[in-house]
Amino acid sequence: MAETMAPATAPHGAPHGADGSGETRRDFLKLTTGAFAAVGVGVVVWPFIHSMNPARDVLALSSTEVDLAPIAAGQAVTVMWRGKPVFVRNRPPEEVQAARATPLSELKDPQPDQARVQRDQWLVVLGVCTHLGCVPLGQKSSDPKGDYNGWFCPCHGSHYDTSGRIRRGPAPLNLAVPEYTFTSPTQIRIG
Amino acid sequence: MTVSLRGFRNLLGALAIGAATVLGTAPAQAAGEAIALPDTRFSFAGFFGTYDRGSLQRGFQVYKEVCAACHAMRQLSYRNLLEIGLSEAQVRAIAASFQVVDGPNDQGEMFERPARLSDRFRRPFPNEAAARAANNGAYPPDLSVMTKARHNGAVYVHALLTGYQDPPAGFTLMDGMNYNAYFPGHQIAMPNVLNPGQVEYADRTESTVDQMARDVTTFLAWAAEPEAEQRRAMGIRIILFLIILGGLTYAVKRKVWADVKH
Amino acid sequence: MAIGLHDSTFTNPVIRWIDQRMPVFTMMQKEYGTFPTPRNFNYFWNFGALAMVTLMIMIATGIFLAMNYTPHTAYAFDSVERIMRDVNYGWLIRYVHMNGASMFFIVVYIHIWRGLYYGSYKAPRELLWILGVVIFLLMMATAFMGYVLPWGQMSFWGATVITNLFSAFPIVGEHIVTWLWGGFSVDNPTLNRFFSLHYLMPFVIAGVVFLHVAALHITGSNNPLGIDPKGPQDTLPFHPYYTVKDSVGLVVYFIVFAALVFFAPNYLGHPDNYIPANPLVTPAHIVPEWYFLPFYAILRAVPDKLGGVLLMFGSIAVLFILPWLDTSPVRSMRFRPIAKWALFAWLIAFFALMWAGGKPAEQPYVLISQIATAYYFAYFLIILPLLGRLERPLSLPESIALPVLRGGGPLPAGAVAKPMEKA
Repeated sequence: MAETMAPATAPHGAPHGADGSGETRRDFLKLTTGAFAAVGVGVVVWPFIHSMNPARDVLALSSTEVDLAPIAAGQAVTVMWRGKPVFVRNRPPEEVQAARATPLSELKDPQPDQARVQRDQWLVVLGVCTHLGCVPLGQKSSDPKGDYNGWFCPCHGSHYDTSGRIRRGPAPLNLAVPEYTFTSPTQIRIG
Repeated sequence: MTVSLRGFRNLLGALAIGAATVLGTAPAQAAGEAIALPDTRFSFAGFFGTYDRGSLQRGFQVYKEVCAACHAMRQLSYRNLLEIGLSEAQVRAIAASFQVVDGPNDQGEMFERPARLSDRFRRPFPNEAAARAANNGAYPPDLSVMTKARHNGAVYVHALLTGYQDPPAGFTLMDGMNYNAYFPGHQIAMPNVLNPGQVEYADRTESTVDQMARDVTTFLAWAAEPEAEQRRAMGIRIILFLIILGGLTYAVKRKVWADVKH
Repeated sequence: MAIGLHDSTFTNPVIRWIDQRMPVFTMMQKEYGTFPTPRNFNYFWNFGALAMVTLMIMIATGIFLAMNYTPHTAYAFDSVERIMRDVNYGWLIRYVHMNGASMFFIVVYIHIWRGLYYGSYKAPRELLWILGVVIFLLMMATAFMGYVLPWGQMSFWGATVITNLFSAFPIVGEHIVTWLWGGFSVDNPTLNRFFSLHYLMPFVIAGVVFLHVAALHITGSNNPLGIDPKGPQDTLPFHPYYTVKDSVGLVVYFIVFAALVFFAPNYLGHPDNYIPANPLVTPAHIVPEWYFLPFYAILRAVPDKLGGVLLMFGSIAVLFILPWLDTSPVRSMRFRPIAKWALFAWLIAFFALMWAGGKPAEQPYVLISQIATAYYFAYFLIILPLLGRLERPLSLPESIALPVLRGGGPLPAGAVAKPMEKA
């Protein structure tokens, strides 16, 4: 394109080698330079994109430690983790019993209770309804706990059992279990 | 070619005058009385400088045991200490040795708990007024970006820490002030805090005043510019890339202009 | 060809389809492809393009900084430090933005110097020049408000001193200052509005830049000889000749820019701005950023408050009427033996002001500022108008492409085709 636009005065004398090799050399040089410049632009774009990923202070808060000692049997606490509520429930034996006695065939999202807890009495689930993201009720003793004595989502009426599994209502999946580890018998780290 | 060269010469001339002016201006901004500082070389100085990890860890120890009694570093969190070569277990232990305020709890009250990695360094005073009240009206400044907040940065901080002397004859020192050879006006509210053997270094380095001042200055320089190592390494790569790209572009320019008689 | 469609010359069907309905490709081709450009540009003609690129860099980095910046007196300083420490590549984006301001002014000052030396402000380019001065004013306002945002000591006190300038005006002065502040001192409302305006102004600048370029493409570019192209033999198509030449300049510019960002990011700044703003403690020496120093020196050269303010604004205002102050019909200083040296002396005065502006307001700096200020204005208001009548310019070359005979008799025959060297 450049060549076609050269001005009337430009072709004074022979611009390129008589055999035309100048033309290929120039094209090769242009391609190399263009490729180099393109790489440069690509490299420049990355810092901008990456700056929108979670910053280091945000990542530092991506794990939360929870002291289990003050949670009595039958009680639950709600902790904030990555901007979302996490339900930590100290289940009395009858609740564990109820959860384990349920046959998998009755479940919409079949999952044995054992696969959802690390220690029988402690249930740790994300307090976000898998339907449309509301926070289910059931943490406080005065809350409705739904038909299965677990949690009840007031938005569209999903019922969860004592293992946080969906039993009735529009939610498709059980309450999610976040990654967590017991750092001591009375402490867990979520995330 | 001469045309462009001529233009280029003009341009370079103008740039040189500009650069000379600016170079002459920047140090002049310090104005006031200029005190010659001792020439201190740090591991992190220069184009290829890096922070000496041992010095950083010793410097943090000096900060923790000496400076932190009065000076906050509010921009730093305990997790940042992972970058000076301490292990996660060590940093967790350091953090846990400090009580920080959290809350409110379910009763609506603030409470204290051991610090975690994500917590900021504990501040010695809750606010500036409290700091002044405890320090005879003087405010111990935050040290997070101290080496960027003073002319001559690290060299100045090191000089200040080693610059406590008896006032020369005829110098009237105000009540509660201390004589320092490198502080502007020579009267500083901060007393000399570094005495030989003040801290016992974990790595058994002898804790002379100069050693402690050097270590804590290194730590403060890192705290102010933790990105410096990454920045310089990236800078070298980018400038090399640009030099090659510049050569290629100039070659293309020569080719394109080759058929223009001028 | 359907009625109402543009007659496109492009053959690619997609481009052609768009171009017929909205001839942007034809326009680009005309303004940046085949645009006839004088063939004798030197590297000073890079700086318009460099300024344009710098504006884009500033807008891009600024948008990403704003994603993490908090315009509140209690959080501004800390949010900037968080960008420096915790945001991924935040330090890079902030240092590019911070030093980009300095680079922008370096580029624009050289661009303005180019205009002064080669008479680019003269007819028919008066409006082009005026739009350029408007851009310069907008840049200064933008840079000033941007410097307030980190909310360090120099931010706060710079804002206090500069906004107080307006109090020099009789009667309305105090009201203007209160209005600017949105309160009774520089405080949170001030910071908040400065952030809002600092975000807005670059887009206003971009708009005026568009007008600046539009005006340029009507008159065409000036050139080092200051004479008009007489035909196609005097010009080259903008692409590829000047696109590639601008690219060379751009890469060199990036090297300088990178050296500053990666190896001396705080060299042009002031350490006091790393001390959080404190309304109770004034720094020992308040100095503006280096690019404002000449104007700051003019302000301080006058012992009278209102006089100083008026003179400072006057130093920019005089640029607006420069096209009519310079009465010489010759554009390029190459052909003006006296005016050329008067202009170099003006440059020295400008640098003297820059130097004195960074010094404390005491002797001999004030005297130097006064002499330099006097010459700054004398050049525009006395020397240029007089020289237009008194000076005998050298004879101008007949055209850009023809040989220039000057001084040493006819050129050797072989040099006939390369006229420019001797210009």
